[in-house]
Amino acid sequence: MTETEQPPALPSTQSAELQRYERLLAEAEQIQGISLWRDAWRRLRKNRVAMISLGYLIVLSLLAVLTPLLPLQPPRQQITKLAFQAPTASPLFIREYKIAENEPAENPDEPLPTQAKIDADGFGPLNWFDRSLLAARRAIFGEWCFNSICGRDRLGRDLFARLFWGARVSLLVGLVATLVALVIGVSYGAIAGYLGGRVDNVMMRIVDVMYSIPFIFVVIFIISILNTEDVKALMAKWGIDRLTVFFLVVGAIFWLTMARVVRGQVVSLRNEQFVEAARVIGASRRRIIFRHVVPNLLSVVIVYLTLTIPQVMLFEAFLSFLGLGVERPDVSWGLLANEGVEVITPVRTVWWMVVYPGLALAMTLFALNFLGDGLRDALDPRMKNR
Amino acid sequence: MGWFIIKRLGWMLLTLWVVYSVSFVLMRSVPGSPLSAERKVSPEIEQNLKRRYRLDQPLGVQYWDDLRRIVLHGDLGASLKIQDFSVNEIIAQGFPVSASLGILALAFALTLGLSAGIISAVRRGSLADFSMMTIATIGIALPNFVIAGIVIILFVFLWPLFPPGGWGRISNIILPAFCLGAPYAAYIARLTRTGMLDVLSQDYIRTAFAKGLSERTVILRHALRGALLPVVSFLGPAIAGVLTGSLVVEKIFGIPGLGVHFVNAALQLDYPLAMGLVLLYTTLLYVMNLLVDLSYAILDPRVKLH
Repeated sequence: MTETEQPPALPSTQSAELQRYERLLAEAEQIQGISLWRDAWRRLRKNRVAMISLGYLIVLSLLAVLTPLLPLQPPRQQITKLAFQAPTASPLFIREYKIAENEPAENPDEPLPTQAKIDADGFGPLNWFDRSLLAARRAIFGEWCFNSICGRDRLGRDLFARLFWGARVSLLVGLVATLVALVIGVSYGAIAGYLGGRVDNVMMRIVDVMYSIPFIFVVIFIISILNTEDVKALMAKWGIDRLTVFFLVVGAIFWLTMARVVRGQVVSLRNEQFVEAARVIGASRRRIIFRHVVPNLLSVVIVYLTLTIPQVMLFEAFLSFLGLGVERPDVSWGLLANEGVEVITPVRTVWWMVVYPGLALAMTLFALNFLGDGLRDALDPRMKNR
Repeated sequence: MGWFIIKRLGWMLLTLWVVYSVSFVLMRSVPGSPLSAERKVSPEIEQNLKRRYRLDQPLGVQYWDDLRRIVLHGDLGASLKIQDFSVNEIIAQGFPVSASLGILALAFALTLGLSAGIISAVRRGSLADFSMMTIATIGIALPNFVIAGIVIILFVFLWPLFPPGGWGRISNIILPAFCLGAPYAAYIARLTRTGMLDVLSQDYIRTAFAKGLSERTVILRHALRGALLPVVSFLGPAIAGVLTGSLVVEKIFGIPGLGVHFVNAALQLDYPLAMGLVLLYTTLLYVMNLLVDLSYAILDPRVKLH
């Protein structure tokens, strides 16, 4: 029966009906829905440890990005006579960064220091962004920089500066490699879960088989093969360096868990009542996917992301220890800690070369783990409105 | 249960075959051969060597020949870099060393982890609970070579309790086993604590207390069994981690185990040795996981194997 066939209602009842609807509408407008994210943020804010971790990670990332701007000694500047100098904080600032004479006046068009100049100063190759930061740092701080408050290494390089430059590599490695794993894992898991049936079965069996392969050994194998001179030359021709390979390889290991988690989530979401309900009230397929399925997946994915980054960073440290990680003269925390372990001798205890990189690594992994745990609690729908 | 084991072993063979094929393809796709080393030999001798190691055959033939030799005779070939040793001999020498280190590390992780977990669950909120869980969190966040470095500085140089490295005496194995087991002790402690807290709030524990049983009996006989389940399922990954971690720990402490051989073999492109060790590690991991699953079914009668 369509509306046109209905007998016209009496005006009085119609208006009463209308008023009731208007009242309901006004009431509905007053109720403010709390989105999943607002709710989660509210709960996360109450978790003090997670918030401290979050703050620490934000500050650390900012400092890592802005490292060239900070008054640090050049990380590759070797002062051999000061080798193995113990940590010292008095005076706090020294003029150890020698800016060479007669520059940059010779080339007025290029206000930034040239690459050759930077190499001579002990910074290594920098991109445009870092060079401008470095130029700003020279303008602000001149030759002043922090004393070696974390000590010096075998070649008299300042550990404090190297920790900051290492943070850039370590954080980047953790983040990018995890993102690679995420992309592979989410697509694979979502496809398997969405298609279901036999395809799902086969895809998950493949994951099972791959799970029981001790991948770390295969990875060591792959990286050492890629390390041979011939392959290196070939890779250089294609513009691939070891870091890229590392990203791909780590992505290839860590996607397995992600695929399983996402698949499980998709399968259960597909049959979930609220999805059914949304379909019944006529929500479009797009709305169901983006409004109902994706947010529920996203919470799992974010939690997994924060918990995988520390694993990847540990793995990078592990590979650096075996001499298969970041290549010198680049530094990462794992490489720094490894250098510390290498110089342990009975003659002198260079404790700072082990302790400080270990501390940097441990604090960051701590923060990531705590934040991951906090996010898991905050995004748990069973905790809603509590 | 018999059927379950047979099925799992079937999957293991499939996995091993996949690993073998992947490693084979990887090894043979590298330009240059392991024989093209520092010292140049005359082309005739190189030809002879190639024939000796049958590197002159077509790849397909090599693939099937190697596979047949491994499957039928259990012969993993000869090492290309360690003179006069077959891969089987190297494994026979290194395996007992690595195995004793690994077992001790796991035993250590289990005893320390379980007792710390139980104590902190029972004395929840106490100073002991807080400090043990803090230490556990640190243990999880530190790579084991950093732990090893700190431990060496403390207990070898500053306070010389242990020798810095080597193998053969009891005192040689304690520090490496500690460094290898520490992260897993930390994980196990956290898992046990969570599991215990879950179990302790259940009705049957209250009943047990109400019956008048002593705290000790209730915790060790009634609660622990339930709390053990997550720990047991963590043992699979823990074993894998101990295998990997032994690469690092053996290198630091100079222990003549398999881990050192594996890294060197990979770095020097000693294909047969690296392949043999990867196959060995896969088998070990698979068998251990199978054992874990079986013990899980024994501990928890609700679990059905299929």
